[in-house]
Amino acid sequence: MKAYLSLFWLELRTSLALAMQYRADFVTDGFVEVFWTLTALVPLFVVFRARPVVAGWTFGEALMVTGFFTLLQGVLEGAINPSMTLVVEQIRKGTFDFVLLKPKDAQFLVTTARVLPWRAVNALTAAALFVYGFVVLHRAPAVSDLGVTALLLFASVGILYSLWMLAVSLAFYVVRVDNLTVLFGAVFDAARWPASVFRGFLHVLFTFVIPLAVMTTFPADALLGRASTAEVAGAAVAAICALAASRAVWTRAIAHYTSAGG
Amino acid sequence: MLRVGFSEALAYRAETLVWIAATTMPLVMLALWHTVAREAPIAGFGPSQMVGYFLSMFIVRQLTGSWAVWLINMEVRDGTLAQRMLRPVHPLLAYALSAVAELPVRSFLAVPLATVALFVFAGAELVRAPGMWALWFLSIVGALLITLFANLAIGCLALFVESSTKMMDVWLALYFVFSGYLFPVALFPPAVRRAIDWLPFRYQLGLPVEIMTGRHDFASALAMLGHQWLMVLVMLAIVALVWRGGVKRFAAYGG
Repeated sequence: MKAYLSLFWLELRTSLALAMQYRADFVTDGFVEVFWTLTALVPLFVVFRARPVVAGWTFGEALMVTGFFTLLQGVLEGAINPSMTLVVEQIRKGTFDFVLLKPKDAQFLVTTARVLPWRAVNALTAAALFVYGFVVLHRAPAVSDLGVTALLLFASVGILYSLWMLAVSLAFYVVRVDNLTVLFGAVFDAARWPASVFRGFLHVLFTFVIPLAVMTTFPADALLGRASTAEVAGAAVAAICALAASRAVWTRAIAHYTSAGG
Repeated sequence: MLRVGFSEALAYRAETLVWIAATTMPLVMLALWHTVAREAPIAGFGPSQMVGYFLSMFIVRQLTGSWAVWLINMEVRDGTLAQRMLRPVHPLLAYALSAVAELPVRSFLAVPLATVALFVFAGAELVRAPGMWALWFLSIVGALLITLFANLAIGCLALFVESSTKMMDVWLALYFVFSGYLFPVALFPPAVRRAIDWLPFRYQLGLPVEIMTGRHDFASALAMLGHQWLMVLVMLAIVALVWRGGVKRFAAYGG
C-alpha cells in the first residue's frame, strides 16, 4: 500500500513537471476552461429569469447541480481522460507490453499515468458555484450534510471511473475508442441539469443506464440536506457494483491482450 | 475537388457517427425547454414550438458544420500547407471545397431521420409559403459561408501563433450561447438581443431555424437576410486580411 502511495506521488509530480514545461499553455488552458464554464451558465440564467422554479428546482438549488457537474468534469478531463487516451495509444502501438511488465498492478499504473493539473481550476469554479448558490438561497449548508455529500461525491467519481475503465477495456477488442471521449463528453453534458428535467425514456436512461442522475443530482440533494436514505444507499450500491464490474471486465480484457500484431 | 472531399469523408464513416453524436446537444436542450414550456409558454414558445425549434436546430447544425480550423492548424504545423500552395488552386478555396463536400456525408444519416421526426412531431410549426423556403435556402447558404469563413480566418491565425485551436474554443463558446443553439435568442433580454444583431453568431444557426419555424414574416426575414449577407462580406474581408498577412509570415518560416 505504501509503495503505491509513493508511486502515486511520483506520477503526480511527473505530470506536474510535464505541465509546467508549457506554462503559457497552462494559463491559456485555465482561462479557456473558466470561460467555457461561465458561458455554460448562461442557459441557467435564462431559464430562471423566465421561471422561479423549473421541474421542482430553484435557481440556487440548480446551481448546486451545476457545481457538482463542473467538479466531475474537472475530474473527468483532468485525471481520467488523459490517462485513458494514453492507454488507448499504448494498446494501438503495442507499447502497452511495457506497462504489463512492470511489477505493480496494471490498472493502477494505467489510471495514474497522466494528470492535467490545470483542470484543478474546475474545483475552484465549483466551489464558487456552491458559495453563490447558498448566497442565493440565503442559508449555509448544515455541517451534518457534508459527510453524506462527500460520500455521494466519492460514489459519483467511482461510477465515472468505472464507466471509463469499461470503455478502455473495450480498446483491447476494437482498438479505436479514442472517439469515445467526444461521445461521452456529449452525453455527460446532460448531467449539468437536475435529473427531474428529463422525463420518460431519457429519465430511465440517465438514472439506470448512464447514471448521470446519481452522479450530479444526488450529491446536490445531499448538500441541500434532502437526500433520502434510498438515494444514498442506491448510489453506494451502484458505485460498488460498477467498480467491481469494471475490475472484472478489465482483468478479462488484459488476459485477452496479445500485443499489437499478435 | 468536391469529389475528393466527398470520398475522403466517406473513408471516415465512423468519425461521421461521432460527429452526429457530438451534436445531439439540441436534443438535451429540447428536453429541458420542453419541461419549462409545458408549465406555461415562454416568449411565445409552447411545448410543440420547442420541439419544432430544436429539431430544426439539429438539422441546420448538421447542414452548416465545418471543421476546417482543425485541418488548417494541422497542416500549418506539419508543413502540408506549403505543398498546397504549389498547386494551381488557392489553398483556402481547397479547404472550403473539401468542407462543403463533407456535408452530404455528414448529414446523410441524421438529417433524413430528423426531418421525418420534425414533420411527424411538429409539422404544424413549419412555414408553408414557398417564398419563405426560398429565403430559408439563402439563409442556409449564408450561414454555411459565415461558419466556413470563421473557420478559415481562425485557421489562418495559426500562421501567426503556433496553434489557434484555443481561439476556436473561445469562439465556439460564444457561438453556442449567442447563436440560438442552446435556446432561442428571443429569450434574451432586449439589450442583449440588440447586441446579438451585430454579432455573426445568430446568422450561423438561429436565423435559418427562425425562418423555417415561422418566427419572421417575409419583410423582417428579408431584412435579417440582408444583415446576414452583410456579415458574410465582412467575414470574407477578414479572411482575406488574415490570409495575406499570414502567408508573408509563413514564407518567412520556411524560406
